[in-house]
Amino acid sequence: MTVVEKLRDYFAPREIVDTSTKVSDEVKCTTCYMCACRCGIKVHLKDGGIRYIEGNRAHPVNRGVICGKGASGIMQQHSPAKLKKPLKRVGERGSGQFREIEWDEAITTAVEWLSAIRATDPKKLAFFTGRDQSQALTGYWAAQFGTPNFAAHGGFCSVNMAAAGMYTLGGSFWEFGEPDWERTRFFMMFGVAEDHDSNPIKIALSGLRGRGAKFVSVNPVRTGYSAIADEWIGIRPGTDGLFVLALIHELLKADRIDIEYLGRYTNAGWLVIQAPGASDDGLFARNEASEPLVLGPSGMLASGMVPGAAARLVGEAALADGRRAVPVFQLVAERYLDARYAPEAVAQTCGIPAKTIRRLAAEMAHAAFEEAIELAVPWTDWAGRRHESMRGRPVSLHAMRGISAHSNGFQTCRALHLLQILLGTIDVPGGWRYKSPHPKPAPPGPKPTGKPDQVAPGRSLPGIPLGYPLSPEDLLLEGDGRPLRIDKAFSWDAPIAAHGLMQMVITNAWKCDPYPIDTLFMYMTNMAWNSAMNTAGTMRMLSDKNPATGEYCIPRIIYSDAYYSEMVGYADLVLPDTTYLERWDCISLLDRPIGSPEGPADAIRQPIVAPDRDVRPFQDVLIELGARLGLPGFITPEGAPRYPGGYPDYIVNHERRPGIGPLAGWRGPEGESSGRGAPNPRQLERYIANGCFWRHELPEDQLYFKHANKGYLETAVRMGFIDAPDPIVLQLYLEPLHRFRLAAQGHGSVQPPESHRERIVTYFDPLPCWHMPFEEARIDRGTFPLHAVTQRPMQMYHSWHSQNAWLRQILGRNRLFVNRTIGRALGLDEEDWVWLSSHHGRIRVPTKLMDGVNPDTVWTWNGIGKRVGAWNLDPDSPEFREGFLLNHVISELLPPDGGYSHANADPITGQAAWYDLRVRIDRVTPDEKRTTFPSFEMLDRPASLGRPAAILRYFAGRNPSGRSP
Amino acid sequence: MTSLPEPRRGPKKLGLVIDLDICVGCHACATACKEWNASGHMGPLSDFNPYGGEAWGVWFNRIHSFEEGEGEGARTIHFPKSCLHCEEPACVTVCPTGASYKRAEDGIVLVNEAICIGCKLCSWACPYGAREFDADEGVMKKCTLCIDRIYNENLAPEDRQPACVMVCPVNARHFGDLGDPRSSVSEIVARRGGGDLMPELGYKPVNKYLPPRLGRMSPSVADTVGATDADPMLPGERLLRWVDRLLSR
Repeated sequence: MTVVEKLRDYFAPREIVDTSTKVSDEVKCTTCYMCACRCGIKVHLKDGGIRYIEGNRAHPVNRGVICGKGASGIMQQHSPAKLKKPLKRVGERGSGQFREIEWDEAITTAVEWLSAIRATDPKKLAFFTGRDQSQALTGYWAAQFGTPNFAAHGGFCSVNMAAAGMYTLGGSFWEFGEPDWERTRFFMMFGVAEDHDSNPIKIALSGLRGRGAKFVSVNPVRTGYSAIADEWIGIRPGTDGLFVLALIHELLKADRIDIEYLGRYTNAGWLVIQAPGASDDGLFARNEASEPLVLGPSGMLASGMVPGAAARLVGEAALADGRRAVPVFQLVAERYLDARYAPEAVAQTCGIPAKTIRRLAAEMAHAAFEEAIELAVPWTDWAGRRHESMRGRPVSLHAMRGISAHSNGFQTCRALHLLQILLGTIDVPGGWRYKSPHPKPAPPGPKPTGKPDQVAPGRSLPGIPLGYPLSPEDLLLEGDGRPLRIDKAFSWDAPIAAHGLMQMVITNAWKCDPYPIDTLFMYMTNMAWNSAMNTAGTMRMLSDKNPATGEYCIPRIIYSDAYYSEMVGYADLVLPDTTYLERWDCISLLDRPIGSPEGPADAIRQPIVAPDRDVRPFQDVLIELGARLGLPGFITPEGAPRYPGGYPDYIVNHERRPGIGPLAGWRGPEGESSGRGAPNPRQLERYIANGCFWRHELPEDQLYFKHANKGYLETAVRMGFIDAPDPIVLQLYLEPLHRFRLAAQGHGSVQPPESHRERIVTYFDPLPCWHMPFEEARIDRGTFPLHAVTQRPMQMYHSWHSQNAWLRQILGRNRLFVNRTIGRALGLDEEDWVWLSSHHGRIRVPTKLMDGVNPDTVWTWNGIGKRVGAWNLDPDSPEFREGFLLNHVISELLPPDGGYSHANADPITGQAAWYDLRVRIDRVTPDEKRTTFPSFEMLDRPASLGRPAAILRYFAGRNPSGRSP
Repeated sequence: MTSLPEPRRGPKKLGLVIDLDICVGCHACATACKEWNASGHMGPLSDFNPYGGEAWGVWFNRIHSFEEGEGEGARTIHFPKSCLHCEEPACVTVCPTGASYKRAEDGIVLVNEAICIGCKLCSWACPYGAREFDADEGVMKKCTLCIDRIYNENLAPEDRQPACVMVCPVNARHFGDLGDPRSSVSEIVARRGGGDLMPELGYKPVNKYLPPRLGRMSPSVADTVGATDADPMLPGERLLRWVDRLLSR
């Protein structure tokens, strides 16, 4: 050591670094809930605080990784917006003035209100839940209560994806299926997908790039995943369906389709009756056993269900009664070979050059046919035939809300699946795979419950309210044809509203259309803010009073949330929930499973920390309410509470059908069975010992062709996923849609109102079609020349994370991003302010120019703007002054058409058409304010919330509140 | 003292390799870093006005997103940035108390909080803006390369990595000894043409960045699937191709 160094060490001693500090006193596994992805996490506890949350390597969803949200869970646990006690409103709705009450009073009040409804007219309870993951419980509770007015948030989220997939192939993107990430060679992703499925897609994209597979992102905006795509297709919003049909046109034209696959696994050969004007025109020709018929090689008719039966692809069949029928494939080919689907014909509409469409079709075909995969894995098909290998076509697609949130979303999603089916990529090596427990039969079951004779005072419904109608007879209509549900789901407004229409509940209840309700009971959905279309209008409706009586138009509102969200301010009774680290939960196969193509899986949450305030898990409260109301499923025959231990008791002991309960793992007295089995009192212990999840790994010969794989289908029956090991036939032509169309043409006893006939005939096309989004078709496109959409930031989930001290530093204000060329033409500076107007209203917002956006499109991040006072944020927070929602300019209703205002939604499913929005932007004048408009009166905050810390010094176990020690 | 001591150097150069080709800007590395280090060697990482206007905190790792290029070649880049643990760390050279130092045994640049006087000279000297001043504690803080993880015997060997590397969902972050040409990180840098951030400044950062790769356009594939719309076949005639084709269930 030199003298200089010695001197330095004297004046500046070397630091002794403890490199082996104790990390934690205890590590507990549970399931993340910072978004809907449901990753397995390990929570490290030290000195009584949360030291660190990391991904669980063994977990099938995230395999050890965690995202920006998940790694910020500590700040969600220490949010100053956590509710602390039940609240009873004392001021006007929307003022935020409450009195804190005890739980006894809260439960008694709720029971009093709800029991009166149940005794008189159960449908006057509208029970709608949000982003919760306990819909198997909440749906069951609604059925036990006897109200058909139940749904979760799927109507404003992604029911188009779910329903189109389920009807077409018995699965869907995200939770029910995913690309074969390890083997796919050409992967195309459509639209916003950053939050569904979060970590699995990130892990997968990394793998794709690593091994040189091609990744194409079709999205008007080049952010997030699009930023690392090999090719970004900046499509014009709402035209994806047309683009996909042009790809199909190209593939058909060049005969680059998988005929063998179509024969084995689809309804391509089934005969469709061609008898215009007849009541069965367009339905499948069937034999006496109701089996669909095909046209044999010699012109004879044969059952399409017989293994090995040969069928013509094209040709004309003469039915027994002399009428004509043609194979589905012929209708497909005739439809999409038409010149209107040629790349040149769609290029301008989609904003994609024809030569790009041609090349992409060529690349897809190349991957599918020249890079086909052959796995030397013998397997046996549904008919008992052994195959020596598994052949795959390594092309796959993924889409979520970007496709879903358009009024043509259902048919666009159908088009995506049609493309995959024609290429033979469904559940094959390298293609798109089902996530077990899917596939389910296509079209699916069960049907919705809540017909007039099923809803009566004091009675439970015989089934779950939500389901899948297959014909007009399955709709939920009053005798006079009016909608039976408050959201008009399963009516002629939205016949296949498989997830309900949460976004219409408040508007309809306020208008008493189709009837008045008594109590609106909601859980974890911010309907007074970012979950609503027409947010300001919704806030007015929630607080509007009948001038004649002075009573609120929506008489009572009960709301449960863990945090002081905007919606809390509108509740009469607030039931404070716990955080995700303080509760039991189950991620159930009966609900939204976390299975993978390699096998079914489910999971639990367990309490990691005890609540430090007077709150209860919502599911415990719901079960207690059920018992106090005497709902049959929640009491014993003697009338005692059936699940005195609350939600964990229900999770273990509830049986939906004999042997089938919320959790599939470790069933049976000794935990010896999977899927089916008697309740196991030690089930939760087994889950905890296994890292809080269960997974069944399928053997190699069941990993593909699940829709037609004997081994897999038998496994699925054994585990209770499906009732019979019958093959699931992929539906190119969707007969149930056509049944609605026939009704609209005047056939059958269940008839739509005159106002709806044309709409049903037009959109209930049994083959995927494309139509211009409704709003675009109705407004003046010169006045509103631009599309406006939102994207999902990967580090924020809806409105939840503005209360998170770390995440809001990353994104506490949003901008409207404008294409540089368009912005320059409008005289906008790099950063500027504009008025953004739609047919519904206008907002004042900050802008920023960018290059990576479709020129006809402006966009912003979703859910950043907040109402001042909410979430216990200081009034000077940027979320209030520089954050904004597009929701204010999106109407829940379309402009009236022939006197009737339809929902701003897909005509088939009722899916909210958020991304149909059309706008104009005008630069603000120099004398106008540079703050966001509208702004609202400040929401008071319950005194118990307290003022948040000015400086946060989080250090596990030391000063969890962040206040100065 | 008129001559400053040279920083101690050894052969070992621990650092990060960050792959700009696959970073999607998800911020997992930023918040995982914040989470680990809040209760770690330099914790707490104070946050000011955390629930109000202009919330601002100490972060060792920040992500910058920007657009680069024009037209077809344009890209959106997500650029994570933390201390680069330079071989010639100006932040160490300028520190008047010796609080800022580079470890001889592994090259990690640290701040000894006990003798940091919060003068901020180091943050002025760092060309990468990688220093984070904690105004609450009055000391400078920075990336420690998770020094309390990478040697931590209370962690399983596979977990002895920086939090940002552990968490990254796209595997865009790698940790290792860049002083060892045979290490996996050196190998990936060589293979992918990884480089220094602003090498012209001469600070010789240890951390390396892997450049974005060009998009694959599948050049081997023809421009069309085969037939073109100029093809004289009418849709009805095209159907004839399938007349003799049979489906077999």
